[in-house]
Amino acid sequence: MAKVKILPEYCKSCRLCIEACPKGVLKIGDKANAKGYYTVIAADEEKCNGCTLCAIVCPDVAIEVYK
Amino acid sequence: MEKVFGRPKGLTEVPFSFCPGCTHGIIMRLIGEVLEELDIIEDTIGVSPVGCAGFSQDFFTCDFVGGPHGRAQAIGTGIKRALPDKIVFTYQGDGDIAGIGTQHAIHTAARGERITSIMVNNAIYGMTGGQMAPTTLAGMKTSTSPHGRDLVINGHPIDLPKTIATLDGAVYVASVSADSPKNIIQAKKAIKKAFQVQQAGLGFSFVSVLSTCPTNWGLSPQDSLQWLRDNMMPVYKLGELKVTEEVKNL
Ligand SMILES: Cc1ncc(C[n+]2csc(CCOP(=O)(O)OP(=O)(O)O)c2C)c(N)n1
Ligand code: SF4
Repeated sequence: MAKVKILPEYCKSCRLCIEACPKGVLKIGDKANAKGYYTVIAADEEKCNGCTLCAIVCPDVAIEVYK
Repeated sequence: MEKVFGRPKGLTEVPFSFCPGCTHGIIMRLIGEVLEELDIIEDTIGVSPVGCAGFSQDFFTCDFVGGPHGRAQAIGTGIKRALPDKIVFTYQGDGDIAGIGTQHAIHTAARGERITSIMVNNAIYGMTGGQMAPTTLAGMKTSTSPHGRDLVINGHPIDLPKTIATLDGAVYVASVSADSPKNIIQAKKAIKKAFQVQQAGLGFSFVSVLSTCPTNWGLSPQDSLQWLRDNMMPVYKLGELKVTEEVKNL
């Protein structure tokens, strides 16, 4: 069991996590944060295996991973 | 469930000021993780440069001093000599350390100052609009070399880590990249070793990190990573460029 949590206030919608996730868990959501970025969401949450690749490449430390 | 990844204690809660997809933030996070893992947050004084990393003092939980352009290592030298028990590091862009502050880069290494310098190489002056820097690649188009860097007129790019590795006072020199998970993990190992070298008082330690500037390169964050791999990596070779016997024995 694993869980990925996006911190929307840090996300800048750069998409690097979306490209890094081998399971296709992440996508851009339809809500914008205070800075106007449409932030990433864990659309396919149950597929997450907790590999942390998305968090490793995130330039804004906007991702927490739980296992 | 247990948190296996999150903000390290070495970083504050302040969001980075960098453009979307800029890998400056990855490098700062790695330093934040290393400060936490080595348990040196309270003992560390960072020196920030002029450039996109000029707001570093807001992002780290250790103490910080801001330096004029290219002078971070001179300030770091003074702090370390006055307070030898502190861990002192500088965080500098390539324009800052390999252009405007080249003399400090050379002499800090030659003197073997017991500080650590991290260079973020995005091959241009980022903050001011992507001008050609000493690190700009041959043929690379920038805002001040719109037809590409001409080696006859503009000279050759400087591979600073390679140069620093030739100086006896530098005991650990590594060239790493922030482009992929594998390379980011390698980069963290190098940064950690550089701080450990300083803890052991062995001499000057230097890590150069290849980094993207999607804004001034005019590429998407993902395409910037590929551009870095295709164009910067063949010129700025990755690896540990210098590891003295003493460092090997650490
Ligand atoms: C003495 C001096 N010269 C020039 C400047 C203008 N300046 C501010 S930021 C900057 C570019 C810094 O580029 P770099 O060190 O490569 O860092 P980056 O912004 O790319 O991270 C320059 C030239 C200045 N502030 N002080
Ligand atoms: S201008 Fe370039 S180096 Fe500066 S924050 Fe933006 S992407 Fe990063």
